[in-house]
Amino acid sequence: MLGDILAVLPETVLALLGMVVLLAGLGRGRSPLTLGALTIGSFLLTGVTLSWVAGGIAPDDRFMFGMFAVDRFAIFFKVVVLLSSSLAVVLSLDYLKRHDYRPGEYLSLLMFATVGMMTMASGVNLAAIYVGLELMALSTYVLAGYFRREVRSHEAAAKYFVLGALSSGILLYGLSLLYGATGSLDLATISGKLAAGKPSMAAVAGMALLACGFLFKVAAVPFHMWTPDVYEGAPTPITAFMSVGPKAAAFAILLRVFAGALAPAEASWRPLMWGVAALTMVWGNIAALTQDNVKRMLAYSSIAHAGYALVGLVAGGAAGVQSVLLYMLIYTVTNLGAFGFVILLESRGYAGETVADYAGLARKHPLAAFGMLLFLLSLGGIPPTAGFMGKLYLFAAAIRAGHVWLVVIAVLMSAVSMFYYLRIVLQMYLRDGEGVEPAPLVASAWTERAIWVCALAVLVIGLFPGPFAAAAQAGLGIMPLP
Amino acid sequence: MEFLLNPLNQICYVPLLGALIIIFALKREQTRAIQAVATVTAGLDFVISLPLWWRYLPDGEPFQFVFKASWIPSIGSSYHFGVDGISVLLILLTTLLGFISVYSSFTAITHRNKEYYAFLLLLQTGMLGVFMSLDFVLFYVFWEVMLVPMYFLIGVWGGPRKLYAAIKFFMYTLVGSVLMLVGILALYFYNSTGLATIGLPGLGNPATFDVTELFKVAPQIPGGLQMWIFLAFFVGFAIKVPMFPFHTWLPDAHVEAPTAGSVILAGVLLKMGTYGFIRFSLPLLPDATRKAVPWMVGLALIGIVYGALVAMAQKDMKKLVAYSSVSHLGFVMLGMFALNPSGLSGSVLQMINHGLSTGGLFLLVGIVYERRHTRMIADYGGLAKVMPVYAMLFMIITMASIGLPTLNGFVGELLILIGAFNRSTAWAVVAASGIVLGAAYMLWLYQRVFFGEITHEENKTLTDVTRREAWTLIPLVVLCFWIGLYPKPFLRIIEPSIRRVVQVVDPGYLHHPPMPAAQAPAAEPHGHTGG
Repeated sequence: MLGDILAVLPETVLALLGMVVLLAGLGRGRSPLTLGALTIGSFLLTGVTLSWVAGGIAPDDRFMFGMFAVDRFAIFFKVVVLLSSSLAVVLSLDYLKRHDYRPGEYLSLLMFATVGMMTMASGVNLAAIYVGLELMALSTYVLAGYFRREVRSHEAAAKYFVLGALSSGILLYGLSLLYGATGSLDLATISGKLAAGKPSMAAVAGMALLACGFLFKVAAVPFHMWTPDVYEGAPTPITAFMSVGPKAAAFAILLRVFAGALAPAEASWRPLMWGVAALTMVWGNIAALTQDNVKRMLAYSSIAHAGYALVGLVAGGAAGVQSVLLYMLIYTVTNLGAFGFVILLESRGYAGETVADYAGLARKHPLAAFGMLLFLLSLGGIPPTAGFMGKLYLFAAAIRAGHVWLVVIAVLMSAVSMFYYLRIVLQMYLRDGEGVEPAPLVASAWTERAIWVCALAVLVIGLFPGPFAAAAQAGLGIMPLP
Repeated sequence: MEFLLNPLNQICYVPLLGALIIIFALKREQTRAIQAVATVTAGLDFVISLPLWWRYLPDGEPFQFVFKASWIPSIGSSYHFGVDGISVLLILLTTLLGFISVYSSFTAITHRNKEYYAFLLLLQTGMLGVFMSLDFVLFYVFWEVMLVPMYFLIGVWGGPRKLYAAIKFFMYTLVGSVLMLVGILALYFYNSTGLATIGLPGLGNPATFDVTELFKVAPQIPGGLQMWIFLAFFVGFAIKVPMFPFHTWLPDAHVEAPTAGSVILAGVLLKMGTYGFIRFSLPLLPDATRKAVPWMVGLALIGIVYGALVAMAQKDMKKLVAYSSVSHLGFVMLGMFALNPSGLSGSVLQMINHGLSTGGLFLLVGIVYERRHTRMIADYGGLAKVMPVYAMLFMIITMASIGLPTLNGFVGELLILIGAFNRSTAWAVVAASGIVLGAAYMLWLYQRVFFGEITHEENKTLTDVTRREAWTLIPLVVLCFWIGLYPKPFLRIIEPSIRRVVQVVDPGYLHHPPMPAAQAPAAEPHGHTGG
């Protein structure tokens, strides 16, 4: 019993503090900065609690009636999630100051979403995973529509909610089929049942539906339709957050369920994942080529990146899982940095910026533009940035598993991706002295600081990936691998 | 500390240091100071690279000045620098041309000086790293790093179609190099764990990206896999060279790039492709190399003749020089895939020669372009009267490019032709026709630009080369004569490294050198290709 409380202590702490932030935000005239500091403090405290809890728990132990694990895989993802939420809060501070929406609800919703994601990372039972997923999803539905006076934010939230609810339904249906076929929701039990013999028709159908639900959350093709609209319509800090945190958490469950529990039946899902990965990379990148709105472009780019990460899932095994973990960390800091720059640029309030708005920025804001250059190179996978190392690990894992053609598609598509990333670089650096007046940047000290943290991380991981790869490796020894 | 004491690290990172100083310590308006820092660092880099010339021992260890440190131990990648004779010459060429391109840019670059010199110096670090790396991941990092500054050099300071040229350069090279990465990974896994699901067991060695370790297992790689890896490397390197069907980015990039960009592009960047072949493809994939000889030589010969013919039809001087590069690089590839010592020596020497002469030609075109802002041949004529020194320098470099005896081009081309002749008379005949065509287009260019009456009023008042411009060209002229008259020290440095390559790709050759080709039995002109 005491162990149970201990295991969920970080989540409990964060949920309680989320309520504190919610209540604190009710009063009139609370400055976003104070509440933001409180929120970041809560994330830090959660992190400290997590490290303390992790020290006292054996990774193989299960808590809460076998639903909850605090293995190193879970810890790795919790750290990534806390990192992405904290950075998202920092990115939101200046934004909240500019707009007079209540910061208290906004920040507490972000915290509840984080609790949900942390639960997803720890869940070893499909029910627990589903609960975490829904907590995260409900919070983000609201956050996507948080700017309720903006029509596009409304539209984004409505689309996200309807499609998200549909995907949750599909997920539940798959889950129940799998329960019917194996008699359990516990991942280890399901794994054992599947290992015992050829999976039944119901189990295969359940897996397929489960895959559909999860793939919706990571925004893989053909379940990606919501992404560009939602990313474009949501407040940009929330877009930044949605593109990394929930995606990382969704990959956590995708890995734990598919690379872990369903690995014995991999013959029935791997070809499907292969196709989805290839399709996601190809379509994400090709659709991004024609986008003029940077938020939409980054939305398609994040679809494409889900495709690269799926390559790691297709590769499977220890190396594949490690590479996805590392990639999620790298992708988190890179994408948050890139969106941070978009936030920095949003001078005229709500509108998503077009590519042309970036013209001549390198002259007027050389340091910020250099940061953006780093992020774009990292997204494109050009060394010496972190993105290259992430892709190196992913593609190495896939080649080792023999998926050479998938890697050929992946590398060609990442070359294609450079084409649209360079469109932004071109505007920033090359469209200079041609009479284009660069857009004015609003003074946003906090956003800039967050960008610098990300830029530094992108360079450090790119030049010295060793320790980070080792941390990602530590995350998988505990996977319920057969 | 040990890191800083290694001469290769010093040479590689001095330009980076200069770039950082320019970026962080200097303001945009301090043009003078920026130029001074860039010149001093590039000059210093050249000076500290000079000791390689006499401290490198041709008969010593295969790789010298080695620096190896742990980098990413979990995947077996280390920070491994080291040079052999081939890389020593290319490093010296890089630092020399790097200095010259900085020094030649003072008047050509009129805006955004700070970024320009920073990118030029970053580019140099990238190129030097490529020639020094003995670890595949490290090599790949440097190989790609240098794309970004070059993209900016073309895209910001280039000509009217700079944006198109810059993106074309970037995309072509990137597509090639990502496929090369797949090849590298396949090699890496074959050496260690194997590729599980496609039923290819590995050799079970500890996983490593170290090139010197992989050299050891090269002969054990099965032919089929070698062919695939060769193909992956080929795409990466052939685009960079560029070989015949992949050359279309080159004229655009050359024509649009600023003068210094063209000098670096022609002088060093193209050599990275040929260097890649000789450093990786040949010694790592000997069987595939031998099988690929007819294809590679075929493309090289097409490149020689096609490049020369297209060059002849050009109206733009820079474009003419660009297509002449396609032709010259065809020679380099021909010599290399002759797979014998004379062909390979000629090939490496010709890399240097091409860097000197084509670099010089681009500098020369840049000099008149700065004065007239046109590169059209038709806009000139009779320049010999108003710019006598310029005309003389242009003549020397032209002759070097054509391959006139006493100048460097002759030595390289002769060695390549001997190497080709040893394999097949037909190759040598086609290649020799390329030399004739080369003389034709270069001399015709010279005639149209320098002789005759001055037909354009503006040309009557052109000033001759300034002292600074002359100093950018004099080192090149001196080296052209040096290699032309006394190539022995250069050949001496590369010879043992070349022999090691031949030892792998054609082990029989060194023990039974074939008869001079003229006396070889006519029935088997390819007699030796099978090794």
